[in-house]
Amino acid sequence: MRRPQEGTEIDGFTLGACLHKGGFATIWQVTHPLHRTPMVMKVPTILDGDDGPTIVGFEVEQMIMPRLTGPHVPRVMGVGDFADMPYIVTEQIPGGSLLDLFRTAPRPLSEVVEAAARMAQALHDLHKQHVIHLDLKPANVLQRATGEMVLIDFGLSRHDDLPDLLAEEFTIPMGTWPYIAPEQFLRRRDDLRSDIFALGAMVYELATGRQPFGAPEKLRGVRRRLWRDPVPPRALDPAIPEWLQEIILRALEVDPARRFQTAAQMLFDLQRPAQVTLTDRAHKARADGAATVFRRWRKMRRITGFGPPPGMQTQIARAPILLVAVDLSPDMEPLSRYLLGSVKRMLVIEPEARVACVNVIRTARIGIDVTTDDAGNSLHVARLVALKHWAASLELPEGLLTYAILEGPDPGQAIIDYATHTHVDHILMGARGHSQTRRYLGSVSSQVVAEAPCSVSVIRLPARPPEPVGRPVA
Amino acid sequence: MRLAILTDIHANREAFSAVLDDLAERGIDRIVLLGDLVGYGPDPEWCTDRAMTLVASGALAVKGNHDHAIGDPTESMGSTARRAIEWTRPRLSEAQKAFLAALPLTATADDLLFVHASADSPADWVYVTSDLAALGSFGATKARVIFCGHVHVPMLVSCDLRGTVRAQEIKPGLALPLIRSRRWLAVVGSVGQPRDGTPAAGYAILDTATNELTFRRTPYDSGTTVAKLRAAGLPEPLATRLMTGV
Repeated sequence: MRRPQEGTEIDGFTLGACLHKGGFATIWQVTHPLHRTPMVMKVPTILDGDDGPTIVGFEVEQMIMPRLTGPHVPRVMGVGDFADMPYIVTEQIPGGSLLDLFRTAPRPLSEVVEAAARMAQALHDLHKQHVIHLDLKPANVLQRATGEMVLIDFGLSRHDDLPDLLAEEFTIPMGTWPYIAPEQFLRRRDDLRSDIFALGAMVYELATGRQPFGAPEKLRGVRRRLWRDPVPPRALDPAIPEWLQEIILRALEVDPARRFQTAAQMLFDLQRPAQVTLTDRAHKARADGAATVFRRWRKMRRITGFGPPPGMQTQIARAPILLVAVDLSPDMEPLSRYLLGSVKRMLVIEPEARVACVNVIRTARIGIDVTTDDAGNSLHVARLVALKHWAASLELPEGLLTYAILEGPDPGQAIIDYATHTHVDHILMGARGHSQTRRYLGSVSSQVVAEAPCSVSVIRLPARPPEPVGRPVA
Repeated sequence: MRLAILTDIHANREAFSAVLDDLAERGIDRIVLLGDLVGYGPDPEWCTDRAMTLVASGALAVKGNHDHAIGDPTESMGSTARRAIEWTRPRLSEAQKAFLAALPLTATADDLLFVHASADSPADWVYVTSDLAALGSFGATKARVIFCGHVHVPMLVSCDLRGTVRAQEIKPGLALPLIRSRRWLAVVGSVGQPRDGTPAAGYAILDTATNELTFRRTPYDSGTTVAKLRAAGLPEPLATRLMTGV
């Protein structure tokens, strides 16, 4: 097996300067006559032919990385064989990792929320590609000049469609101690909610400047997070809003079932602070007292795991975001009632769905924007009240129901934009009856069906039977 | 290059043709037959003819124990298998028998090895039923990927740089990368008589360009095969087996 050095040529790549020397790998600048993009090569540092964990970690990366696409992962340009010299060449993402940013934590609120939302977005994109990262930490997140976060280092990751080479290799938990989720510490490698926990720990750190569980060095210290709750962020900095504490502590719940169930759901809350449902987490003023922690310790000290996750694809699919577009105009009352019934039936089969109720105020294309004046404000409030009234009977638990009043000259486009922006999985909306005008001018629902980035169900009132032509027979 | 690997067809015309039809839509460059074309099933003539045609047009084929037993009545077998072979033998033409008798025990293509049973002593028809049972095969050849059949239950085993063998989970229909830091042994599931609880015909596709292996299942009209089996007076357990896949 060859060792890399400046000037080494392999498969058309020429090694330039060594950019980084880590414990397990070295990173090199590389060039290739066929690629203009700046590229880097990662080469594992294999001490001898028997360096099992490093080899397996790199095998995992070589399997997973070429399968990933999109802006939130580095593009793979080449993969090298162990027979000669194992490597992975990817595009180079300029700028360092988020480590530099985290070193200057705490950061201002707007920065924390922006970084958190972008990381959640990147994470959801990864999860949708059937990969759980399992080693999220500031050093493994880069940022493109265009703003997207890029996740790197998949040496501990798990691809749902591929064999888990790592599970067979290790007898101790794998991860980075300040960020590792409790169930991952207990050796679970198939729960995407472990990444949500790590993300929560990162947001905590960015907001407070402290790591929620410190930086334990021994396994015993890592285990403590099963019963010892972190100091609430607001106890460290009262300027942190309650809603952000709610989001952070929810992501850091010990039991995965009590966390956000997908990164998209966490992103949803980060994008809509005003609508975050505040629970005891938001109001918590200090870490739990000794008696509570002792009780939890007695319960947790022998725990070997939490309930198995429902499987990666089902996890994403069964905690969908449903967008319900409601037309509240008086003549549409029967339709909106009927739509409500459909939503209720849908919630029976998807009890973990999050429902975003949306109503659109159509604004003039040209001219004064009606909603900027007082009348507009009261219209906005009136619509919101009506929307809440409409949805009240859904009786959804904590944080699963939100409302939005959208404005725009083109209601269909407003719904599509909202659905795209919030990673909606399914849109439910009513369609008005048939009419000649609609056939020629196009309807809102057909526009949404044609252009939405997700599934769309269109609810239509059953057509009434035609009026009888003759007189009824007496 | 995309290779389709089929094994243990066992004179099941419906299953064999369903798989071949499926392959026709999947851009296959070469077919490999890992043996046991005949035995158990009611259509040995058709299946052997089809295999002869495929081999004439470039397919690779190796010999299985049932193929061998046609020309060698001393081959040891269970009673059901024996009855089926005795039913089969007089049905085959001399040309068909000669074709089966002439099949090699192993075949290679680049860094791939094809064999019916364990590669360390192909003529002994040893079952590769666990990761440890694959050790013998890995030791007997330098091939990077070994394909075998005989077991009727698919399995994938990796052998890493330190020589540790481990069975890997198979996800039917999903492409698995055969990473080059390891050597691999794939036991391909049976086309004509699956025994892993799924009656659908099993086979595998290897894409040498992407270095990915996909285990596939194709449903077929097993009712017709079962009816033929019964009409031919072949042992009833063979019919039940086709319907349940166990």
